[in-house]
Amino acid sequence: MKLTLHIWRQKNPNHVGRMVLYEHNKVNRHMSFLEMLDVLNEELIAKGEDPIAFDHDCREGICGSCGFMINGVAHGPQRGTTVCQLHMRHFKDGDVLYLEPWRARAFPVVKDLVVDRSAFDRIITSGGFISVPTGNAPDGNAIPVPKRNADLAMDAATCIGCGACVAACPNAAAALFTGAKITHLGLLPQGQPERYQRVLNLVVQVKQELFGSCTNIGECEAVCPKEIKLEVIARMNRDYLRASWTRRGDALRNEE
Amino acid sequence: MELKSRIPSGPIEQRWERHRFEMKLVNPANKRKYNIIVVGSGLAGASASASLAELGYNVKCFCFQDSPRRAHSIAAQGGINAAKNYQNDGDSIYRLFYDTVKGGDFRARESNVYRLAQISLNIIDQCVAQGVPFAREYGGTLTNRSFGGAQVSRTFYARGQTGQQLLLGAYQALLRQVGAGNVKMFSRTEMLDLIVIDGKARGIVTRNLITGKIDLHLADAVVLGTGGYGNVFYLSTNAKGSNCTAIWRAYKRGAAFGNPCFTQIHPTCIPVTGDYQSKLTLMSESLRNDGRIWVPKKRGDTRPPHQIPEEERDYYLERKYPSFGNLVPRDVASRNAKAVCDEGRGVGSELGVYLDFADAIRRWGKQSIRERYGNLFDMYERIAGENPYEVPMRIYPAIHYTMGGLWVDYNLMTTIPGLYAIGEANFSDHGANRLGASALMQGLADGYFILPYTIGDYLASTKLETVDASHSAVRDAETGVARQTNRLLEIRGKRTAASFHRELGRLLWDECGMSRNKPGLKKALQRIPELREEFWKNVNVLGSGEELNQALENAGRVADFLEFGGLMCLDALHRNESCGGHFREEHQTPDGEALRDDTHFSYVAAWEYAGPGKAPALNKEPLIFEYVHPAQRSYK
Repeated sequence: MKLTLHIWRQKNPNHVGRMVLYEHNKVNRHMSFLEMLDVLNEELIAKGEDPIAFDHDCREGICGSCGFMINGVAHGPQRGTTVCQLHMRHFKDGDVLYLEPWRARAFPVVKDLVVDRSAFDRIITSGGFISVPTGNAPDGNAIPVPKRNADLAMDAATCIGCGACVAACPNAAAALFTGAKITHLGLLPQGQPERYQRVLNLVVQVKQELFGSCTNIGECEAVCPKEIKLEVIARMNRDYLRASWTRRGDALRNEE
Repeated sequence: MELKSRIPSGPIEQRWERHRFEMKLVNPANKRKYNIIVVGSGLAGASASASLAELGYNVKCFCFQDSPRRAHSIAAQGGINAAKNYQNDGDSIYRLFYDTVKGGDFRARESNVYRLAQISLNIIDQCVAQGVPFAREYGGTLTNRSFGGAQVSRTFYARGQTGQQLLLGAYQALLRQVGAGNVKMFSRTEMLDLIVIDGKARGIVTRNLITGKIDLHLADAVVLGTGGYGNVFYLSTNAKGSNCTAIWRAYKRGAAFGNPCFTQIHPTCIPVTGDYQSKLTLMSESLRNDGRIWVPKKRGDTRPPHQIPEEERDYYLERKYPSFGNLVPRDVASRNAKAVCDEGRGVGSELGVYLDFADAIRRWGKQSIRERYGNLFDMYERIAGENPYEVPMRIYPAIHYTMGGLWVDYNLMTTIPGLYAIGEANFSDHGANRLGASALMQGLADGYFILPYTIGDYLASTKLETVDASHSAVRDAETGVARQTNRLLEIRGKRTAASFHRELGRLLWDECGMSRNKPGLKKALQRIPELREEFWKNVNVLGSGEELNQALENAGRVADFLEFGGLMCLDALHRNESCGGHFREEHQTPDGEALRDDTHFSYVAAWEYAGPGKAPALNKEPLIFEYVHPAQRSYK
């Protein structure tokens, strides 16, 4: 198989990037997309050219390291699939592909297809947890959780923090990511004591990281490799609304 | 070198409790005066960092990924064991202990394993409290499943993503401490050397992977939670970035390396398809609960699976091991898969066996199977391009976990005072073979419930001089790291680091993989130094050290694998017996089972670095079994 690749090359955050054309004619349909890039990189190194930088680690769709735009779609054409799990059998001989990094103000480009997603860590740091120091736990079965809630919490908790939702959103909002964490913890009895303070903290942090606002477009849901539903955003908004009425003082303090 | 295991005496049930009482404590107000470095942010590293910070220590935590949430623990699928006996099926701490010692083929320390089984209860409680969404029954209680090598249902799980959920729990606890100012997190930072002053671990040298800057971090104790070395085989189920650099550099600074030849081959992975393959993907062995493993009875039978009638199929595990059937431990399942493929009965590209769900789907319905394994079936379909609801999966064994690691005492301290190794990075609890769903248990036991106590004992009982960056040992370590980086960049040879890595991996898979023999190991021991020499003459690393340079990172890791591979083969050669994952063809029973030699090899091999080009020294820690008496494992 042959492919024509236009790939974003940018030396570092201070350089201006540009698309560079590569003809790749050693593509095998059983390769994963990243293996296809590995082969291209080996060729570039052999020619003395700087290989293309991209984040990756587990290559089985769970660590959330990989991700870039393929023809304008985060993680490429296959639904519910990270780019490391996308295989070349979904492409045709002669396809022309444009590969670009996630584009969002909150995710500055580090190099080529690598971006800085540390804003996500800071969102979790602001309150995306249940405060239970080691050693403070009651017996596991002392906290019954209705199966339905456990299942819904798990649906939200499968988020891998890849950033595709932000990249796909025309507003570069982090609503799906944030809503998923709020939903996961907010549905569980263990998460109730901090439920409303948590949503206030997270929403304020999202704003400080310069993510955009959610306008319910739904691009995030369409590209999410874990198929997290827009419903998590509704849950976040509901909790936020309630928190901003019942805990107005906290909300204002947080805004400062 | 003297190996002091510091195993407490007395009845095994009371050892850990007594030991906790006998350990010295650090006054709460003094804890903040101590600085602790934790390298790695997986289950062990993140749980240790969070717990130490909660106690009041100043913690610095390092990971090479862009976020601590991406450590490879995240990829664990099946579950985590705990002796809760929630299913009322006769489980107990003693039974989990017994199963683990036996499963490890009598090459683990009894005291450590017993403690692990005791702590397993607390881990589940802690994780539930953190909000880990474990699978539940309709009544709201926790549910369990049975898992490879166990006859009770003691495995807790969160769909096929248990590792992810446990890691996110630990990660959130870690970030809570980051927010509280008790942990300073260093992402995209790689440890490249250990600083040892007056015989004690006092810090690390790191490279910032974005800017290339080499930095020094000094501390009162250093903890390595940097995972295993499975990527020495190039193709493994480990993440691409997983490496042995931290533990290898610690070894070269004086930490003994325990049982490096104990590597685990996982029986259910997706088979290799081509030379470009960058990694192997595991299919959780929980699939073996409902899937049946078979190959055609005839050699070279190329008919598609549905055309092979029932009577012409060989369900070889059920045939050979009627009581455990498809649930035999990993090493047994893997070796049998290799055996049938060696007989020419493999399927697909000849290196594969079927894992068939047709019976289970008939019995339970497609929906029920989807609920249990949906994400695994989807993953299989994405990679293999076949629908496992209709066509049996093809699977083949792959390197998955390494039981060996830095030698540690009962306190998880290595032979360098002040240097600790936790999780997969140490050698401790799994002996020669790890049971399914025990890795998550061990990582979290070490991080949440063992290290936070034992490290205090060291700090409270050790006089630590103030050190600063001007110390000659610090300067040496720093310049050593800079020198190696420059050397790699100056070679500008003809081959990429990846090509050396592939060649090394192939060699080790052939000669030191699922089965090993003396001539093969000798061949590998001869070839590895040649390969290493060629690497240092002919590797091609482009770019500079002052930027994000993934090829440079990789080259440094491959350089360490090229050294480590030699030690692994040396250990495999010296261990002239078969046990667990270490199968020496010379030592097997007439029906092909591993044949241990307890008279000569009932010990931990702790290898001591002797300097460049010198043979490492072998130290032995005898293993004494007071409770579970060594017998040949039988799963028939």
